[in-house]
Amino acid sequence: MLDAIINGLSGLIAGTLNLHWSNPIMMLIGGILLYLGIKKDFEPLLLVPIGFGCIIVNIPLADLMEKDGFLRVIYDMGIMTELFPLLIFVGIGAMTDFRPVLENPYTFLLGAAGQFGIFLTLLLALAIGFPYKDAVTIGIIGACDGPTVIYVASQYAPHLLGACSVAAYSYMSLVPMLQPPIMKILTTKKERETIMKTHKKTVSKTTALLFPIVITIVGGLIAPKGLPLLATIMLGNLMKESGVVSRLTKAAENEISNIVTLLLGISIGATMSGPVFFKPQTLIILCLGLLAICLDTVCGVLFGKILYYITGGKINPLIGAAGISAFPMSARVVQKEGQKYNKKNYLLMHAMGANAGGQVGSVMAAAVMLSVLKGMGVI
Amino acid sequence: MDKWTFGITMLVAGMGGTIATLALFSIIMSLLKKIFPYKQEEE
Repeated sequence: MLDAIINGLSGLIAGTLNLHWSNPIMMLIGGILLYLGIKKDFEPLLLVPIGFGCIIVNIPLADLMEKDGFLRVIYDMGIMTELFPLLIFVGIGAMTDFRPVLENPYTFLLGAAGQFGIFLTLLLALAIGFPYKDAVTIGIIGACDGPTVIYVASQYAPHLLGACSVAAYSYMSLVPMLQPPIMKILTTKKERETIMKTHKKTVSKTTALLFPIVITIVGGLIAPKGLPLLATIMLGNLMKESGVVSRLTKAAENEISNIVTLLLGISIGATMSGPVFFKPQTLIILCLGLLAICLDTVCGVLFGKILYYITGGKINPLIGAAGISAFPMSARVVQKEGQKYNKKNYLLMHAMGANAGGQVGSVMAAAVMLSVLKGMGVI
Repeated sequence: MDKWTFGITMLVAGMGGTIATLALFSIIMSLLKKIFPYKQEEE
């Protein structure tokens, strides 16, 4: 009987005895993510479930990510099937107003320039020695778009999902800190003070309605491997612009996005098990992700400078920094920086155009990348 | 295929493809705006 009691009691300390040295460190990292989300308001909708998922997956013997574990079921159902990022995209499409980019279609090009970081980081990851698919996944952090990163990582490098997703969402929330110094270094005072004219409304309802349909067809024909990404964001936008399915639009914006965000966050956190996550490779990925987003900003601002000179100083190069997918945070940063140097400067609508262009640009960059990989026979 | 061939191909085809596609989007949307101009009564 004494043996039975001892065996029973040993079950209560087995969890503690089976702690791997990396588990407490990962719990601490989970705690930091919670702190950033709760106290610093950095992407709380994602960092809170990710941080909590990270903590619970590092408690030994709970078997949360083993076969039939509850996190494994959610992960297999939503991440491995690519369903969660695509559902999130329907919500993003329903929430995003693409009219600013339609008002000034040239801002699509700023959205393209803001994707350079993806490809430069890919080259760097290859130089460091990452395999092809891993390098592609690391590069895609430069899309500055969480669902795109999750979509690509879940397909081509599931072992990097945790590191890449955390990098993408963390750096997205750090955009207000990362971009201003780069914008200042790369532009002159005169350039930053450039006042851009405000335009009257020029987008008809028909054009706004045709936008998601035309973009889906043309983009899908060019890059069919990325059509799920493009089609879901455009479906959300079509629902919003049509105005006839307000129940579906609201569901996509609220209920679906909220539920999927919760499940997505906790699933990502579940990939952050200490023995799997705690490697030098993860640190390199986090550094490369940071570099990718900085390079996006650099290329966006430099392209903005090119437009400044081509147009004879009519375009403020700062709006180039908004050509990334962090919508609308990046546009707000540009507005704030523009006003810092010239109180009469209202860059917000132009920056929103570049930012909406960046949203489409990041999805298209991922779609083009996947189709090029398919063409090369890599996937 | 060595990693540099892969990397440069991705840079040229990937980034080039992205720029070309978004430039095409820009042209298409400019055309659509001309075909379906904004009218005040839409407000």
